[in-house]
Amino acid sequence: MAVVSQGIRPATALISANAVDSKRFHFASSKSTSVRFIESLILIVAVEARGIVCLVRSDGKSNARVRKPHLHSHISNAVTTKNDDKTASKPGHELLLFEALREGLEEEMDRDPNVCVMGEDVGHYGGSYKVTRGLADKFGDLRVLDTPIAENSFTGMAIGAAMTGLRPVVEGMNMGFLLLAFNQISNNCGMLHYTSGGQFKIPIVIRGPGGVGRQLGAEHSQRLESYFQSIPGIQMVACSTPYNAKGLMKAAIRSENPVILFEHVLLYNLKERIPDEEYVLNLEEAEIVRQGGDVTILTYSRMRYHVMQAVKMVVNDGYDPEVIDIRSLKPFDLYRIGNSVKKTHKVLIVEECMRTGGIGASLTAAINENFNDYLDAPIVCLSSQDVPTPYAATLEDLTVVQPSQIVSAVKMLCR
Amino acid sequence: MTFFHVAVRRHFPALLLRQTSRIFIPRRWNSGGAQADPSCKYEESFTQGIMEFPGGKVAFTPEMRFIAEYPDERIPCFRVLDDNGFPHRGFHDLVSKEEAIKMYKNMVTLQTMDAIFFEAQRQGRLSFYLTSSGEEAINIGSAAAMSSEDVVLPQYREQGILLWRGFTLREFANQCFGNKEDYGKGRQMPIHYGSKKLNYFTVSSPIATQLPQAVGVAYSLKMDGKDACVVTYFGDGASSEGDCHASLNFAAVLEAPVVFICRNNGWAISTPIEQQFRSDGIVVRGQAYGILSIRVDGNDALAVYAAVSSAREMAIKEQKPILVEVMSYRVGHHSTSDDSTKYRPVNEIEHWKIAGSPIARFRKWVERSGWWSDDEESKHRNSIRKEVLQAIQEAEKIEKPTISNLFADVYDLPPKNLQDQERFVRKDVMKHPQDYPNDVPL
Repeated sequence: MAVVSQGIRPATALISANAVDSKRFHFASSKSTSVRFIESLILIVAVEARGIVCLVRSDGKSNARVRKPHLHSHISNAVTTKNDDKTASKPGHELLLFEALREGLEEEMDRDPNVCVMGEDVGHYGGSYKVTRGLADKFGDLRVLDTPIAENSFTGMAIGAAMTGLRPVVEGMNMGFLLLAFNQISNNCGMLHYTSGGQFKIPIVIRGPGGVGRQLGAEHSQRLESYFQSIPGIQMVACSTPYNAKGLMKAAIRSENPVILFEHVLLYNLKERIPDEEYVLNLEEAEIVRQGGDVTILTYSRMRYHVMQAVKMVVNDGYDPEVIDIRSLKPFDLYRIGNSVKKTHKVLIVEECMRTGGIGASLTAAINENFNDYLDAPIVCLSSQDVPTPYAATLEDLTVVQPSQIVSAVKMLCR
Repeated sequence: MTFFHVAVRRHFPALLLRQTSRIFIPRRWNSGGAQADPSCKYEESFTQGIMEFPGGKVAFTPEMRFIAEYPDERIPCFRVLDDNGFPHRGFHDLVSKEEAIKMYKNMVTLQTMDAIFFEAQRQGRLSFYLTSSGEEAINIGSAAAMSSEDVVLPQYREQGILLWRGFTLREFANQCFGNKEDYGKGRQMPIHYGSKKLNYFTVSSPIATQLPQAVGVAYSLKMDGKDACVVTYFGDGASSEGDCHASLNFAAVLEAPVVFICRNNGWAISTPIEQQFRSDGIVVRGQAYGILSIRVDGNDALAVYAAVSSAREMAIKEQKPILVEVMSYRVGHHSTSDDSTKYRPVNEIEHWKIAGSPIARFRKWVERSGWWSDDEESKHRNSIRKEVLQAIQEAEKIEKPTISNLFADVYDLPPKNLQDQERFVRKDVMKHPQDYPNDVPL
């Protein structure tokens, strides 16, 4: 399996706030300078991360899974090499993550008339994070459906529609509201393909913003991936960049299984240049963000950016971490993760889930079970504490893993 | 069906008189673009005693009057055949002779099948069963009124619909025994039938989950412009679930062609109606959601047939939901895991079993019409009994599904973790065969 990456940029000191035009990145304005500074850094990291993202070529032989023909359009071009700086930023178009999601959704709706969208305020309002903006005008009120406020019911409705041949994309206004839909997701979405003996399939996509935002309060800062991960029959993926957001959205819609696509409230305004050509990513693959040899850092969603921030700091001190954005939360891409563990022998998991029963907990168990012989040290898992997310900004920051903690963990592991 | 429409109007005024005028809801799909400037509307209407609230005009009144929580007269029940099987004038040509005989035979088959399968569970041959005793007319009457293209989303007490549509006794038995011929591949408990071919969605145990799904199916049919509707069933107990309220609301807003049939059979396991809700049954909720509704005598197969036919026609032509409350009694126990004599008097059960029997009433009518006789009755019952017993005996002997069926269909293709888990299980079964049942093939 060929993996090509661009070289790591020379280590630079933390960029000062003056060098950043934060308006360009469309963030809400009423923040203190230090918070803005951190926000800008996240974006700098995001923009630069694009340069060092390795586009993994899948040879289709991983995990012994036979992919169906419709995924052959998974394009493994746009691979950048060290010498090819000329093509680095020329082709493709720039857009924000929420626009990338919309582009993916729109392309799929154009391609397949069975794809429809349902959720609260997704129609003419365009969705609370504007992911469906303009789609109702283009495809009509019926295909982009505004529903009354009853999550369990419109999720159930989507399941019924899916069983009849449609491919609905359900939007939870905030992932936390999908807790109301747990009954339908667990008992029906995940199970009906199985219990009907394969007679009915449920190619549904459930998506929405989750994670800890900026003072959204405890009920709107949920990390549902930890609650849903046990449900048999569903797949879970988390996007983190405009490139993978569009690719995963398309893959999720084309998948015959129910897929839950986790977006993050704070990542919608990330900007990146993505290819003009159509591409679909593999739902079960992890993304190698940075090649390295000292320690494997496994992360996903927003924590990827905190990790990359920390990586800039430790690289200064001579460490060489390998960063993998696991993307596929269920099932884990143990093939790529395993290869990395066999190389570095040390694992650090950085997640936003709570300590108990989170994705990190499952990942720790899975790695321990499968790659115990290759580990030189116990797996370190950095997670949020087992507390409801407080509203106060200072307290909220303390519940989320910060780059400094990641730096200490890396140094401790690589001692 | 003018009789039907006149009947509706005659019995609703009791409620209408006590309310303010009906709010007109504009058609949803034609909306779009900004509204005309509403400010002049408000000023004008204020002096005329009407207000243009969001949602429509509402008149004002100086009288502070609360709407009654319970009508003086309960909504009456539509019925065609009286207790002795005499049809009301005006309904003589509702069904043809062939249809009537088919309906009767199916009701008898359903009753026989239920009784024998129930016994099989008591004998230890089946793990679980659930009868539709007392509700045969609801099952068969509504099934006969539908077309085979109508998609059915059942609760769990509607096996008669499958029977009508052609599910064989052997297929029922296969599912109950969970053998390898079961379409569900042995993955669900008994009575959780499902048949994509017959447009009958697989039964899912949690109650009322099928209701929002029904709205989703109707949404799909609406997109395709199909000449079919969705028919979904739920009980009086299920009517309390949140899903029920939201689905009725959704269906009304979406103008979805769903016929909601509520089997009000008096009991939700051990919870009687008085402890389930305080409204006048389910039918009054129709108006609460803006849905046309009717109450029907569920023990009268012809009435059920007539009501569901009309409901279905309206649902498809006018693209809107209809609510049909069929009144009945759950003669049997909730299931084989229940002994209903513990919470209700035996004489009440006996009364409904004999005097209220839907099959007996229909039989009186078909016999009086010259289409059925005692002779045919005993012939039919005997042959069905033999067939059911044979189906059970054959299904019992068939092999169970293989171990690979434990892991297949969780996803479209098994991911690595499931492949690993399957290998582990196989290895263990081969190493310790004495710890595993010997009739499960590998």
